[in-house]
Amino acid sequence: MALLEVENVHSYYGNIHALKGISLTVEKGEIVTLIGANGAGKSTTLKTISGIVRPRVGTVTLDGEDLSQFPAHEIVGKGLSQVPEGRGVFARLTVMENLELGAYIRDDGKQIAEDIERVFGIFPRLKERQKQTAGTLSGGEQQMLAMGRAMLARPKVLLLDEPSMGLAPILVEGIFETVQTINKEGTTVLLVEQNALMALQIAHRGYVIQTGEIVLHDDAKALQKNETVQKAYLGME
Amino acid sequence: MTINWKQIGQYGFIMGIAIWYVCLVGMVETFDSRGIIDGTLFTLGRALLVVISLGLGYVTAMKVSDGNFGMGVMGSLISGVIGAVMTVVLVLAIEPLNMRAMFVNASTSLIEILTFEMESQATGLTILAAFIVGFSVLGGIIYLLPSLPRRAIISGFSAVLVMGMLGELLTVVLGRFDLTEILSDFLYGRNGLSIPGAISIFIFFAVVSVLWATQKDSLQSGVENLPPTQRRTLSWALIVLSIIVLILLPQAVGPYISQILVLVGLYALMGLGLNIEIGLAGLLDLGFVGFFAIGAYTVALMTSTGELGVSGTAIADYSNFWVAIPIAVAVSAFAGIFLGIPVLRMRGDYLAIVTLGFAEIIRILVLSDFLRPLLGGAQGVLNIPKPAVAYAQQIANQLPWYFQTVFFFFVSTDGRIKDPAHFYYIIVIGCALISFVAWRLQNARIGRNWMALREDEDVAEAMGINLIASKLLAFGIGAAFAGLSGAIFAAQVGSVFPHSFGLIVSINVVSLVIIGGSGSIPGVIVGSLVLVGLPELLREFAEYRLLIYGALLVVMMLVRPEGLWPSETTRREMQSDEDIEPVPVGQTAPRSV
Repeated sequence: MALLEVENVHSYYGNIHALKGISLTVEKGEIVTLIGANGAGKSTTLKTISGIVRPRVGTVTLDGEDLSQFPAHEIVGKGLSQVPEGRGVFARLTVMENLELGAYIRDDGKQIAEDIERVFGIFPRLKERQKQTAGTLSGGEQQMLAMGRAMLARPKVLLLDEPSMGLAPILVEGIFETVQTINKEGTTVLLVEQNALMALQIAHRGYVIQTGEIVLHDDAKALQKNETVQKAYLGME
Repeated sequence: MTINWKQIGQYGFIMGIAIWYVCLVGMVETFDSRGIIDGTLFTLGRALLVVISLGLGYVTAMKVSDGNFGMGVMGSLISGVIGAVMTVVLVLAIEPLNMRAMFVNASTSLIEILTFEMESQATGLTILAAFIVGFSVLGGIIYLLPSLPRRAIISGFSAVLVMGMLGELLTVVLGRFDLTEILSDFLYGRNGLSIPGAISIFIFFAVVSVLWATQKDSLQSGVENLPPTQRRTLSWALIVLSIIVLILLPQAVGPYISQILVLVGLYALMGLGLNIEIGLAGLLDLGFVGFFAIGAYTVALMTSTGELGVSGTAIADYSNFWVAIPIAVAVSAFAGIFLGIPVLRMRGDYLAIVTLGFAEIIRILVLSDFLRPLLGGAQGVLNIPKPAVAYAQQIANQLPWYFQTVFFFFVSTDGRIKDPAHFYYIIVIGCALISFVAWRLQNARIGRNWMALREDEDVAEAMGINLIASKLLAFGIGAAFAGLSGAIFAAQVGSVFPHSFGLIVSINVVSLVIIGGSGSIPGVIVGSLVLVGLPELLREFAEYRLLIYGALLVVMMLVRPEGLWPSETTRREMQSDEDIEPVPVGQTAPRSV
């Protein structure tokens, strides 16, 4: 059984049928990417998984446990932690306070301190700026902070929503390298991206979503070579 | 170097308009009878002109000098001339234009005041013009002085102005004891400060401010370098000292000021509650008075000896102020949670409107015929007895005489808490307790919840924070504090009426939280001292009190938007504008989210 299983999920915004039967699985240790155009339902899928949007039909299970019976804030404790779209750092709080809030659901003070050191190991930039307010960080640094913060909840699965959004290309590469590092250290990643080219380079498998439905599913390598994907998402003729 | 004519002209024009305004609304004339310095022409009325021309001269120099002395003086001179010309035009225009028909205050006595009671109008106008230009230039020069003398002059001058204005109040307070009466006789004449008094006050405050500015750092580092044990002793000594001061204060200042302090305390209690909602959790609540009213009515109904009270019922024997207080707090907290449930999904402006409606509903319910048999409608609940302390006399008899004296600070000899001074102690104890609770909450886990909630609800939820529980707790605890305030209010006033719980109370509490520094506990205390204390100090301004009060609030928010005693978070935010570390090339700009 896969670590995270989404089965035949239908979600609505009011009367708008946003997800029309999405099914996907993420195995332990994988990076899985969900690519698709604007408005295809990528973020809604993530929100449905993390409990912010409730599916009308279908189930989300993590490690065999049905998540749909829990409110969003308890799902974090089950081992699902999300880096929201647009980074969502607490702009007026310091880097350190942001990280501490990431570990909010835990109460093992000593290990939290160790984990914060680990995050500083991955993002030395954050260590330098730990006393600065998050709002004064650059866009790339804020993305690092949001990722570091999400890791402090010690998630089984890390949900990343458009980490490359609004960043300079040179920074995007750095961010994707870090996603790989985090993954190699043992965190499973579900990555939602518009930047399909980059996402498919680091992912093991990929799903393509179109108007609320999964239209393609394959190994990342195979998807990179797939003609439809190349035309529609990779900008190749 | 170019001269910034536009700004000079602008400030000169503002000066002229300000002078026109204070003249035509009648402030100059009304205040002319009140002296700042006895026996001189320096009256409160003219002090207005001095403050306006001095202040705008200062601002002109600040804006145009650019580090150049001559430029600054010239700027303030020119803006002074503009202000003076406008004032002279006003004086000359009053009679020919028959301005009195429209502005009742444009009277001959106003002209007399403005022309310094001179026989010939020409001489008077010359003096007037010289007066305004002179003070404007003086203001410019003060700005251009090095910081120490500038500081000294500004503090000395403001001290003379404030002490002069507070003359009446201070002579009453100082007159209570023989020793201080000597001081007051020296400082004050019949109408305002005496000349030697004014000079001593000026010198005293100038010296103190200079000493403070120069010695502050060495004092601070001196304290920081003390060994930890001595530092602890020092902080304990400070705590004991402030407790002694707090105990002796109402005895020293008399009932009138004690009453003001009680009012300050009631607002501080409400402020501490609202601070949890607005300052920590970011929930803008404009209906806070509702909880204050609920606390007050609970105590009123439980203790009143009138027909609406519980007297004659089965619980009458067990019901008194001390029993009613915890119940009032609990009822208010419950009401807070109850209000919280329907507004859980609202944010910001929408929440503000709903809470506004809530307070109105409470007020109108109380006024309604429907609840009249229970709550007394517009007639309110009367005959609320003063809280009693059982066996007061017997306890006092057990104490040595010096403790006995202190004991009767807290309660009257017949065992009742009835004077403003007695209530002052209840309030101080309440504020201390509530501040402590608020401070512990703020640093506890729930404090973090609120902070995250205030910054960003969605992200807070993604961190695993239970939004519903956090919000309801903020509403409940905030309302509980307001309920305590209302409970004490009811007992002190002895009767409660719906009209005591109008929108203005909510607005005042919101203002004091923001002016004190949102999210900061000492800020709330300072804010309520300023906001409630200030109108009392401004009594001197009679009917113009609220006008000046409003103007001061505007100025305060412009000058110190972070509040008088800002919280750590706000302070950082305000500072970070200045010292953002440069971002290396190739990265996006900071603050882009």
